[in-house]
Amino acid sequence: MSEMPASDVDELPPEALDIDVTAFTGEFPIRVEGLRNAFGDQVIHDGLSLEVRKGEIIGVVGGSGAGKSVLMRSIIGLQTPEAGQIEVLGRSITDAEDDDDIDIRARWGVLFQGGALFSTLTVAENVEVPLKQFYPELGPELMHEIARYKVVLSGLPEDATAKYPSELSGGMKKRAGLARALALDPELLFLDEPTAGLDPIGAAAFDDLIVELQSTLGLTVFLITHDLDTLHEICDRVAVIADKKVIAVGTIEELVALDHPWIQEYFNGPRGRAAKETKDRLDDSRVKAGAKAVDGVAVDLDQGLDSPSRPGA
Amino acid sequence: MTPPMRSFADFSTEAGDADSDGGGGTLVFSGPMVVSGLGKIDRRLRELEGPIKTIDLGQIESIDTVGAWTAWRTAREHDAKIVNCSPQVERLIEAVSKAEGGGAIRPTRAKFLERVPEATGLLVTGWLSGIKGVIAFLGAVVVAFGAVIRHPRRFRTKALIHQFELVGVSSLPIIGLMSFLIGIVVAQQGAVQLRQFGAEIYTINLTGRLSLRELGVLMTAIMVAGRSGSAFAAQIGTMKLTEEVDAMRTIGVSPIEALVIPRILAAVLMMPLLGFYSSVMAIIGGAAIAALTLGIPFFTFLARIQEVVPIHDLWVCLVKAPVFGLIVAVSGCYQGMQVKGNSEEVGLRTTMAVVQAIFMVIVLDAFFAVFFTNIGWA
Repeated sequence: MSEMPASDVDELPPEALDIDVTAFTGEFPIRVEGLRNAFGDQVIHDGLSLEVRKGEIIGVVGGSGAGKSVLMRSIIGLQTPEAGQIEVLGRSITDAEDDDDIDIRARWGVLFQGGALFSTLTVAENVEVPLKQFYPELGPELMHEIARYKVVLSGLPEDATAKYPSELSGGMKKRAGLARALALDPELLFLDEPTAGLDPIGAAAFDDLIVELQSTLGLTVFLITHDLDTLHEICDRVAVIADKKVIAVGTIEELVALDHPWIQEYFNGPRGRAAKETKDRLDDSRVKAGAKAVDGVAVDLDQGLDSPSRPGA
Repeated sequence: MTPPMRSFADFSTEAGDADSDGGGGTLVFSGPMVVSGLGKIDRRLRELEGPIKTIDLGQIESIDTVGAWTAWRTAREHDAKIVNCSPQVERLIEAVSKAEGGGAIRPTRAKFLERVPEATGLLVTGWLSGIKGVIAFLGAVVVAFGAVIRHPRRFRTKALIHQFELVGVSSLPIIGLMSFLIGIVVAQQGAVQLRQFGAEIYTINLTGRLSLRELGVLMTAIMVAGRSGSAFAAQIGTMKLTEEVDAMRTIGVSPIEALVIPRILAAVLMMPLLGFYSSVMAIIGGAAIAALTLGIPFFTFLARIQEVVPIHDLWVCLVKAPVFGLIVAVSGCYQGMQVKGNSEEVGLRTTMAVVQAIFMVIVLDAFFAVFFTNIGWA
């Protein structure tokens, strides 16, 4: 760094860490096989298997207590399963020692249900935590700029950066949590009920944001949700957890065609039907309005994006 | 396993062609323009001398929002045009440029000259409101006591018994061991000094009276402050953070009645027992060391205690103990109820509860010493 002025030498950012950042090229960034989780006598998962395709948004649904969050915690290595294999981005989570799966953590982002922001740091500092952890060489100025645009990108007002989590509403905490989850432009994004507790307008904006990010960055998104609108709007496939397993994975149309009482009740109940009608109505209006925008969509596809095309994305 | 070498993005500048683009240079980025590949490029870009007319992204391997941001910011600084980028990259750049925010990273701090008087003022008002807060809290406790006495069915016997166990029974081993050891130290050190006058036998007076009047109850109060006072503050503080206390209020349960009164009662009632137990253990410790090193038989020591320790020493112990218990419990519960905001405050308030309790206990102990001597319980 000979071009740096001498006065800056003291403030030289630390050296780049020796971490593996090669992008994942396989087909399934998340593979779960024969997973078994139990708390004492209570068995949560037994023989659960799931494969998530690269570039898709997979929605995970299931009744309360079916083990959706436990599945997510197992995949990200917070919960050690009793049996089974979990592979994330081609690396085994279940066989990993405590410290050697650290590289994967630089390549995923996790949004917890309550945001799980660090309460003693401001929103911007929260976003900077993963940057400082993995890429300290970027330097403070760039990190501040990154934190600022991520916060706005996540749908927060720009003056939210200097606020502490205790000064934010529940919805804003979620957005700040998303900003932190996106801090490293991860390949994989885990979202635990991102739209729960948001007003419908906020929830719709959140959905749009996730689709927008997913299509520009080619993310793979693992999404736990109960929000039927979210499922219809943004999920490429939906995995249904019941009876301690993933009983079905597929598009909503495929799932509805199955003859499983819980799935029928879930998607064909009054709320499920209302969400579908909304979706159909929106699709109609988009097809009409979208005629002019077809060019833009086509260009995206030419770029070889991994994300499947979807109206409005 | 050694991970493969990380590759980093780089840039080069080409002098512009004076005819075609008016003399401005071209900045050509290459390599991975992603968060893991930018490295220290940002500093070099900031020090780059212009003029730059175009920024060429044609040679980059990959790009994410951080790379797009870097390119866009450099372009804006030099008023340059970004060329050779795919529509996807264009969209990325548009997205980040729209998201630019000017917010501060942390709340701004006032200047030193303003901060010092402000902090002083806040400290003083904090003190005043703290005193008011404690008095208000004590008042609320008294009112709640009154309510419980008028409606005895609202009294939480189970909670009280649970607190008895936590404050009293489960602290027996640690308080016993501590007092036993202190008894040994006092007797042994006292004997060394008294031997110079040939008055080793007075070791019994020293150990007995000191344990009962001062050490037993004082050490117990300090131990209870560390064990239970801190637990009170942390438990109630955490319940404040998780809105459990608010939930109680909305259901019509008074948090003072449900949380504070059982804890205060437990501490007030357990402290005399623990203080007496502690004194007994200290005397046993003293007797043990006397038997081993001074040649005073164990039971002779205990028999002499009855003769040399006046009964009012026991009253001193039993009067001080509940007062100390009250101080420990009130400061723990009060600090716990003051928690708001974040988890850091729970730790802060817990520390404050313990420090305040121990300090107040020692100050009051000094007053008690003077008081009891003056009323003739010397």
